[in-house]
Amino acid sequence: MGASWGGLNAYTRILSALPADFPAAILLVQHQHASAENRLPWLLARYCQLPVIAPEDKEEIQPGCVYVAPPGYHMLVEEDGTLAFSAGRAVLFSRPSVDELFLSAGAVYGKQLVGVILTGANEDGAKGIDYIHRRGGFTIAQSPVSAEAPAMPEAAIKTGAVSRVLDLEAIGPFLAEQVPG
Amino acid sequence: MAEPYPIDDDEINVEDIEIRLLLEAIYQMYGYDFRSYSKASIRRRVMHRMTMSGFASIMEMTDKVLRDRPFFVTLLNDLTVNVTEMYRDPEFYRAFREDVVPVLKTFPFIKIWHAGCSTGEEIYSMAILLEEEGLYDRAMIYATDIDKNVLASAKKGIYSIEAVKQYGDNYRRAGGRHSLSDYFTARYDSVIMEQRLKRNIVFADHDLATDQVFGEMHVILCRNVLIYFDRALQARVIRLFSDSLDMGGYLCLGTKESLRFSGQEETFDVINTPLRIFRKRQLLHHA
Repeated sequence: MGASWGGLNAYTRILSALPADFPAAILLVQHQHASAENRLPWLLARYCQLPVIAPEDKEEIQPGCVYVAPPGYHMLVEEDGTLAFSAGRAVLFSRPSVDELFLSAGAVYGKQLVGVILTGANEDGAKGIDYIHRRGGFTIAQSPVSAEAPAMPEAAIKTGAVSRVLDLEAIGPFLAEQVPG
Repeated sequence: MAEPYPIDDDEINVEDIEIRLLLEAIYQMYGYDFRSYSKASIRRRVMHRMTMSGFASIMEMTDKVLRDRPFFVTLLNDLTVNVTEMYRDPEFYRAFREDVVPVLKTFPFIKIWHAGCSTGEEIYSMAILLEEEGLYDRAMIYATDIDKNVLASAKKGIYSIEAVKQYGDNYRRAGGRHSLSDYFTARYDSVIMEQRLKRNIVFADHDLATDQVFGEMHVILCRNVLIYFDRALQARVIRLFSDSLDMGGYLCLGTKESLRFSGQEETFDVINTPLRIFRKRQLLHHA
């Protein structure tokens, strides 16, 4: 999942709708300043029944856990199912970048992956959504009308690669119901 | 959208083989060993270079690498990720002042190895810190990097005035005692670091993937380098660091880097958890 402006609200709404036995791992990018102390995992944990983790480099991805990309690093998925970080250049002024996560996860997970693009004021994630779709994965965009900042979901929808457009309130229940164990 | 990402699983497999052949070609031709680097990260950077230079396939780029040294230098710069800044993670430098400097003050002579120093911003950050703590005169800083080109820039110590303006805030948050502008001379749109800061810095090329132990160090700084390695290479490098450190010597890693997967947590005590400052244990504990 990827979000920028308005993302905190969107993530709390989605994560609070997921049951404690949600079977999949969730990897999450929220654009934020590198200098910010990373309180996001702590904040999200208050609204979520799943463990919320601030991962370390080369940590193994476990099902039923939420991994929050740290500010100042791109978060990538390795083919062995571990997480890797990169402090390389910002992509579309963003580090972490949604595209970087989606492009690496798309290669590893193929059609087992669901990509969710949420509220945000730039176009990060559109390229990644397109790739997830072409790799056979399922893609969801938050409906622009329900987004605090519509540019990010709009850019994703414009690629023609979004499988479902859903209002914010519908995304959590949809995932809870559709993601298989 | 022009980036040539592979779509089906066979193409992904082919791409994987092509990347391995590219890394093998680089190793055989130029001696740089990227074969144990993080796959996900290497893949992104190879894709980036392919797009920028307009290659149709990785094999085509490999051919160019083998025959065109200037092109290889460009690719090397992509692969080694030279994104850095002065006082990156200011809280780390503040913690270094509080947790490490008091111990260093009890030493007659201090040897510091900064592994993966890139273009040198963090070397000068440390040199300034040591000067402000009255330690610079008895310190020797060994600044190493795999890439000779970035070492040459590090040695020059010339940075854009635009970039340095942003470092002032880092410097203050890192506990800087004066003004960052006391440590450089501005000329047109760039600054050059003061000559006196370079006096006790030795620049040398060193490849963590292939080279050996570096002498009895009191401090090793290696921040945001290990994230680009796979677990096996990380373990090798942590062992290399442990062998290069004096008993009680300090190891400083990047804020997302961990000893957890290196099998060598037992060799170190944790001094500062969030800022990743470790200390090599004084005594071996026998069961």
